[in-house]
Amino acid sequence: MTTVARDPVTADPVPPPEKPAAGPSRHRYRAAVGFAFGAALLFAVAPLLLSDFRLSLLAKYLCVAMVAVGIGLAWGRGGMLALGQGVFFGLGGYAMAMHLKLADAGPGAMPDFMLLYGQLDELPLWWRPFASPWFALPATVLLPMAVAFVLGSLVFRRRVRGAYFAILSQALAAAMVILLIGQQGTTGGTNGLTDIQGFFGYDLDDPVNQRMVYFIIAGTLLALLALARHLMQSRYGELLVAVRDGEERVRFLGYDPATVKLVAYVVAAGMAGLAGALFVPAVGIISPALIGIVPSIEFVIGVAVGGRATLLGPVLGAVAVAWARTALSERFPGTWTYLQGLLFVVVVAFLPGGLASLIGLARRRDDGERPGLLRRLRRRAAEVSP
Amino acid sequence: MTLFQGRRILAGAMTLVAAAALAACGSKTTDENSSAGVAADVSGDTVKVGLLNSLSGTMAISEVTVRDSIMLAIEEINAAGGVLGKKIQPVGEDGASDWPTFAEKAEKLIREDRVAAVFGCWTSASRKAVKPVFEKNKALLFYPVQYEGLEQSPYIFYTGATTNQQIVPGLDYLKAQGAKSLYLVGSDYVFPRTANKIIKAYAEANGMAVLGEDYAPLGSTEFGTITNKVKSSGADAVFNTLNGDSNVAFFKEYKSAGLTAASMPVVSVSIAEEEVKSIGTQYLEGQLTAWNYYQTTAGAANEKFVAAYKARYGADKPTSDPMEAAYVSVHLWKAMVEKAGSFDVEKVREASNGITFDAPEGLVTVDGATQHIAKTARIGKVGADGLITEVWNSGEPITPDPYLKSYPWAGGLS
Repeated sequence: MTTVARDPVTADPVPPPEKPAAGPSRHRYRAAVGFAFGAALLFAVAPLLLSDFRLSLLAKYLCVAMVAVGIGLAWGRGGMLALGQGVFFGLGGYAMAMHLKLADAGPGAMPDFMLLYGQLDELPLWWRPFASPWFALPATVLLPMAVAFVLGSLVFRRRVRGAYFAILSQALAAAMVILLIGQQGTTGGTNGLTDIQGFFGYDLDDPVNQRMVYFIIAGTLLALLALARHLMQSRYGELLVAVRDGEERVRFLGYDPATVKLVAYVVAAGMAGLAGALFVPAVGIISPALIGIVPSIEFVIGVAVGGRATLLGPVLGAVAVAWARTALSERFPGTWTYLQGLLFVVVVAFLPGGLASLIGLARRRDDGERPGLLRRLRRRAAEVSP
Repeated sequence: MTLFQGRRILAGAMTLVAAAALAACGSKTTDENSSAGVAADVSGDTVKVGLLNSLSGTMAISEVTVRDSIMLAIEEINAAGGVLGKKIQPVGEDGASDWPTFAEKAEKLIREDRVAAVFGCWTSASRKAVKPVFEKNKALLFYPVQYEGLEQSPYIFYTGATTNQQIVPGLDYLKAQGAKSLYLVGSDYVFPRTANKIIKAYAEANGMAVLGEDYAPLGSTEFGTITNKVKSSGADAVFNTLNGDSNVAFFKEYKSAGLTAASMPVVSVSIAEEEVKSIGTQYLEGQLTAWNYYQTTAGAANEKFVAAYKARYGADKPTSDPMEAAYVSVHLWKAMVEKAGSFDVEKVREASNGITFDAPEGLVTVDGATQHIAKTARIGKVGADGLITEVWNSGEPITPDPYLKSYPWAGGLS
């Protein structure tokens, strides 16, 4: 008897995880080649081919891709439709931006916008710890993780799932935006924190330093991918998929599904926080417009387009969607939103497994079904050639 | 996969990061050349300018009209021979009502298209997002919308009103009409919050009471509670800084609560001819607005502008203050470039002081020190035909004072 695994949220068939049939040594070899290829692409090819401006755009896309890696883990593997990742992205981004604003202002001084809108006599108490990089840097990751831990503990223990979890995530994103906008004097309101000049002593106006920020971002993304791969391939990864596909069965086996889900959710939040923190020096701005409901959904769209249950799918999807957005809006400033919508419809309708399934489609073997695309092409080529 | 192998990959990746960070370590000292601006490309017989407006998203309805009127000015200038013998080639980008997108597109226009100047932006948040981009690249932005003041960037020309050319005259008018108390209603973002701070300082110094202050999220259409509070406060007038769609809901609730322009007038600073059309004249008739230009403003220059706009975009299209300011900004840039004899940003800035233009709103003069322009303030009343007619004006152009330095009551604001 065969049962098709169903996604608990959308009830779509979920692609089965990769079969560990090829043996460990081949796996290791393929992973190493993959990483080397990715590193060469990000560290050598892209900086050589792209102008400073395009490279800084790529840096921005890669930050979105980091969030996507986390969503791929929580949603693709864990079945938790995390529609509020903007909150964690924002916490990381604001923590970093607060530190950089304070560093720009100099010791003891207040950031420019606070003098303008806040009419405060001194720095608010909750801003003070962020003056120290030893507090601010860990906070960019730990703060989102702590919030995710508290929220996750409450939600998963109470067995809140599916649409209810998604709605709760969205509500959190909306609440955070309202909070930030209301406190204009201390958070910059709708403007957010803008005009960030320096990054730990490096002048961000300098293209050389912008390049350095890009390299840090590219390196961090590779590291996060390695971490995600490690988690997915471990016993924990198997357990996470098992919880996604049959939470009650896992419970009867003696595991606590709440803890399993919590770990993935907290890790995803940490990744989003790190992405937000690196986004700030790359783009020079963090604002409520980047962390609300709409950007939170856009993060998930990238993952869905790329293929949520795979390792590389979310990354490719996030970069592809962000790149398409830029390319389409530059070429067709008046109509690009329609074209982008069309693209989503086409992907969802014809490639429900996302862009990553293209690779699988091409590689499919003759296992009783239709031959794979590559094989078919090869066969046709053989027929045509004399 | 075993734990061991996973760790190896992880460790490998970490080493890579560290190596990359070390290898790519930037220069701490910035030499002058590396942060110098990107010179505009004027080698051919055309000169590119950027048009940066939201063509999608919540701000599109307003910003598209601004884009249209910039295009009109460019077409006029090209028909008359261009600028310094070069035809203007517009490059449009969509800011998408999203502030970081504005920053990205501004950078693209400056660095990739190498435009000589950029015209656009509407919300203060979008201006704040692009300001560092223009300052970093030493490029020019012409910002055509009234705003909350308290800003002066060397690379931005502000062709809309600052507070002492719009909000302060609006308050002066209410005071002259005998208003002793105010109620403040606004959207929840930077412009209304900052404007209300200024209004409260003014009220305190001029013996007016502020009986309440309420903010609604941008795009909110729930105004039952706020209108009830406004009504029960019994204020002499309402100062309205709501933006966009919220105005429709607010004025409908206002009317259904039995409040009228006669019993409790509302002064709005974000409602122009275009918005009157979408809100509905029946809800707005008799209410007041504060601007520097109306479609009905008298003068030959305005007659020509209105006729040209309607001929180009349709007889039913009204002209409004931000559109006029955008139209003026292109002509001012042309005059600056011609006075400077060059498209070079620094030379254009130096040439800017004292540049005048016979604008549809009347004569405007660029103040080189603040890079704002002197404009005549005009209070208008919405008529039954949906047009706004002037009921008061300041008589002469008001010198811009973005930090309100010449107003003693505004001492604590900046």
